[in-house]
Amino acid sequence: MQPVAGFSQPAKAAEFPILGYHPLMRILVIEDDATVADYIVSGLRESGHTVDHADDGREGLMMATTEEYDAIVADRMLPGVDGLTIVRTLRASENHTPILVLSALGEVDDRVKGLKAGADDYLAKPFAFSELLARLDALLRRGSHETVQVTRLQVMDLELDLLSRQVLRSGQAIDLQPREFRLLEYLMRHAGQVVTRTMLLEAVWDYHFDPQTNVIDVHISRLRSKIDKGFEQTLLHTVRGAGYRLGEHT
Amino acid sequence: MNTLRLLKTSTFQLAAVYMGLFAVSALVMLAFVYWSTIGYMSSQTDSTIEAEIKGLADTYRRGGLQSLTGLVNERMRNDPDRTMLYLFATPDYKPLGGNLPAWPEAIPAGEGWVNFPFTDNGTESTARGRIFGVSGNLRLLVAMDIADLQATESLLMTAYLWGMALALVLALLGGALMSASVTRRIEVINQTSREIMSGRLHQRMPLKGTHDEFDQLASNLNDMLEQIDVLVESVRHVADGVAHDLRTPLTRLRSKLERLSIGPGLDASARQELDRCIDEADGLLQTFSALLRIARIEAGRHEASLVEVDLLELAADACELYQASAEDQGVTLSYDGSPVTLNGDRDLLFQALINLIDNALKYAGTGEVKLKVGKDKRSIFLSVTDQGPGLSEEDRQRVTGRFFRGADSAKISGSGLGLSLVQAVAGMHGARLELENANPGLRITMRFPADEAVG
Repeated sequence: MQPVAGFSQPAKAAEFPILGYHPLMRILVIEDDATVADYIVSGLRESGHTVDHADDGREGLMMATTEEYDAIVADRMLPGVDGLTIVRTLRASENHTPILVLSALGEVDDRVKGLKAGADDYLAKPFAFSELLARLDALLRRGSHETVQVTRLQVMDLELDLLSRQVLRSGQAIDLQPREFRLLEYLMRHAGQVVTRTMLLEAVWDYHFDPQTNVIDVHISRLRSKIDKGFEQTLLHTVRGAGYRLGEHT
Repeated sequence: MNTLRLLKTSTFQLAAVYMGLFAVSALVMLAFVYWSTIGYMSSQTDSTIEAEIKGLADTYRRGGLQSLTGLVNERMRNDPDRTMLYLFATPDYKPLGGNLPAWPEAIPAGEGWVNFPFTDNGTESTARGRIFGVSGNLRLLVAMDIADLQATESLLMTAYLWGMALALVLALLGGALMSASVTRRIEVINQTSREIMSGRLHQRMPLKGTHDEFDQLASNLNDMLEQIDVLVESVRHVADGVAHDLRTPLTRLRSKLERLSIGPGLDASARQELDRCIDEADGLLQTFSALLRIARIEAGRHEASLVEVDLLELAADACELYQASAEDQGVTLSYDGSPVTLNGDRDLLFQALINLIDNALKYAGTGEVKLKVGKDKRSIFLSVTDQGPGLSEEDRQRVTGRFFRGADSAKISGSGLGLSLVQAVAGMHGARLELENANPGLRITMRFPADEAVG
């Protein structure tokens, strides 16, 4: 794999191909519903992660404070201590492990509450497993380079300068609309990872809604025609059933 | 409540009828009292005069003219206040004696009762009397001053008239007060019904605790509402439950398909089939999510995060998001208007706008789709106009219903929930959804109250 600006994590091809590349991590899953817990735990294990599972809030909080995890997936409604309290308690004790909160409520207001409590991301149940993986992946990576102030992003021969707002592919300037620039920036920041359509809508358009049609696909295909057209190696890939990935073809 | 509306209420009309009846009976009663009082007083006067005349006649019969004049003179002497008036006169009415200066004019010849004006110590007054003939064609007028009687009469009349007027005013006031109080209580029930119809199903009619008919009506309505509430709640639970319970296994199914599709050992056509299955599952999941979302918003369970939203900015963002799709379809998508802000849920408003644009693009085919944002005297509006075939009057009524699909829509993808959600979002913001013919095409307008304050 080509060096990716800003990302220094050792990357290894996962067993679960839709993940693209992501490091193997230790993840704590706090979920009381056995079916959902099994679904998440087995999925994550299949992807090569080490997973611990707690089925109530108190136990989960204890594990989260005594063990070192790379990421925590916590249900919002839990017996004992609820998910948001776990998040608050951990943040209050200076524990900055990335946390993704799951919720059956899943409306925007719940999301806002979750993020305010200090969670890093929020996912409404039921969710596609690829969505959870993509979001976890993004969280895990973010944790590793958060402190680095990036002004220039590079993926293979594609370069993006955040200051001059210039995009070059093999040294050729590419003219992008402001929104296309933000879209590309987000994809480059998550190079090698799968980003879902919802993640793009939230990050690039800053609205939380269900697009009725393939609006995102249209934007992606425009961007693709600008950055990939005429080049032998395509960079922007569609990941079936999940979303998109910018990077080397796998 | 304005006066005109009060006049139109049935309670006021009822009160007015009672008032009319009351006035007529008061009039009849007062008239009876008046006539009997006045009649009694006049008959008193008449019988006094009759008695006097009878006395005089007796004296005359016994002692002739001499004693009669004597008696009259004596009477006049004893009556310096002129309670009784006497006048002897010749046949041609020349006064011979008595305490009246002259024979009153306008008194007919012959005998009988007369009323005549006279001057009593300089004051104009009226007297009533009787004339009778004495021998030798002499005439004697015996009369009494009836000024007091007339004064009493007019006093009574005035008093009765004032009494009538007062009674009418009181009746009017009483009627107005009565109907206002009844109307107010009915208005409370009306107001509450309207609130309930606008979606606040948990609202109840207020009770006064007096156990009168209105309280009984209100409490019956409350019982009815309770039952409706229970029914609605159970339907909602079923709907939510179905959507929710089906969503989870469907998600699992989707994930399994997904894993299969990317797993090894599949040829290209099988993979394609699996991808189609995943798309189908996604469509179903989206429908369930939309259903649940609409149910949540309509039930008021969506905790709206209200912020100041600039509708023009929203329109600009939505246009930008859909510009590429519109261009691919050969549709010109544009927006204009002036910046207007309202308090609302930004994401839901955006979702509603997206649904409207999506609809316009789906059904309008080619041409133009225009967004307009603005404010007029009574409202803030956001409209989406297309140049498509439009909708029939009948369809315009039904279009916001769940799962409504336009005619010839078999080829067009969609769940038929887009406008239901728009309707729910509009309702949550106190806005009305207006559908009209744009000649050609369809215009859908969300009209928010101008003093937007979402409750």
